Amino acid sequence: MSKKNLKLITNPINKDNPITVQVLGICSALAVTVKLEPAVVMALSVTFVTAMSNVVLSLLRNTIPKRIRIIVQLVVVAALVIIVDQILKAFAYDISKQLSVFVGLIITNCIIMGRIEAFALSNKPIPSFLDGIGNGLGYGIILIIVGFSRELLGSGTIWGFQVIPDSFYEAGYSNNGLMILPPMALIVVGIIIWIQRSKNRELIED
Amino acid sequence: MESINIFVKSIFVDNMVFAYFLGMCSYLAVSKTVKTSFGLGIAVVFVLTITVPINYLLQNYVLKQGALAWLSESFADIDLSFLSFILFIAVIASITQLVEMVVEKFTPALYNSLGIFLPLIAVNCAIMGGSLFMVEKDFAHVGEATVYGLGSGIGWLLAIVSIAAIREKIKYSNVPKPLKGLGITFIITGLMGLAFMGFMGFQL
Repeated sequence: MSKKNLKLITNPINKDNPITVQVLGICSALAVTVKLEPAVVMALSVTFVTAMSNVVLSLLRNTIPKRIRIIVQLVVVAALVIIVDQILKAFAYDISKQLSVFVGLIITNCIIMGRIEAFALSNKPIPSFLDGIGNGLGYGIILIIVGFSRELLGSGTIWGFQVIPDSFYEAGYSNNGLMILPPMALIVVGIIIWIQRSKNRELIED
Repeated sequence: MESINIFVKSIFVDNMVFAYFLGMCSYLAVSKTVKTSFGLGIAVVFVLTITVPINYLLQNYVLKQGALAWLSESFADIDLSFLSFILFIAVIASITQLVEMVVEKFTPALYNSLGIFLPLIAVNCAIMGGSLFMVEKDFAHVGEATVYGLGSGIGWLLAIVSIAAIREKIKYSNVPKPLKGLGITFIITGLMGLAFMGFMGFQL
């Protein structure tokens, strides 16, 4: 893989991260991160949809008239999301119930539309595919960090297994119920942004 | 009475931004000044109030299992609900297009101030979310769905206007440099969300 293509995958993971830098796709990122498992499933679904929609629209880019492109994009993305939704319902019904409306909301996830508009419509299919994978992974990493810390601190488990020993609870430790509440996801992301920007000074806004 | 309950609940308890994080992208991007965020908020209220009842009718008379029974007995066990995403998004995209044209024709002043926000609404998750939650909440009739759309829109308007007001003031505060802009906005939204949790269990 050439250096340029590798960059397409690695850039969005850190300094071009869709959530913390480009501010795309936050809507669904926060609601599904109470537990690690749904967060991982969501990350995989979004990566799949971003990559595939990038490929399809990159193939179609010369045939779509400019004026109706938004509708065409929405239809392609919606079709892909229906596939994901049906697969989840068939093979992972419990998780699909937990994710509830947020699977459907992948359609309006700004990462997908943003990457199609900014990248796929002006690039060849293979770089578009890599760009989609990269952005999906960048989104996934934030989801996994948030899901991990919320599940660990909020329920004392990881992937449903208890990791904090019983002796801790006997000694007076208790789970932080606040971490399960939705607003804490925002605060965790805020802290991630803080850490990332203090390491990477060029990202600071003034 | 039930409608008033749904209305108040959708504004405060099930607030689109603070309880479900819907429409966060435009919420963060457009909330720099109160004036523009108010414009976008009004546009969202408008589109939600129109699209939720339309999608309610679609869901109940076309998509739901057995919904086609009014056409003929033989359609009674057809279930088209897997098509709901694609139909909802098509309705939303065309309604926003329509609203944009109507506003441009009749009130050019409003059109100029809303400008780029109107097309953006098609991909605002709050709109799609409104329709998807409407399916999940299973309202009794179309009136309740309309009230739900209106209430969710107003809740979103409330959230974006208040964050914009805070951001206008916070410019003058001494925020740690790496936290400036996006970071502090996230944390403030989190704190506001915690405050809104106080409405939980609220019933009329």
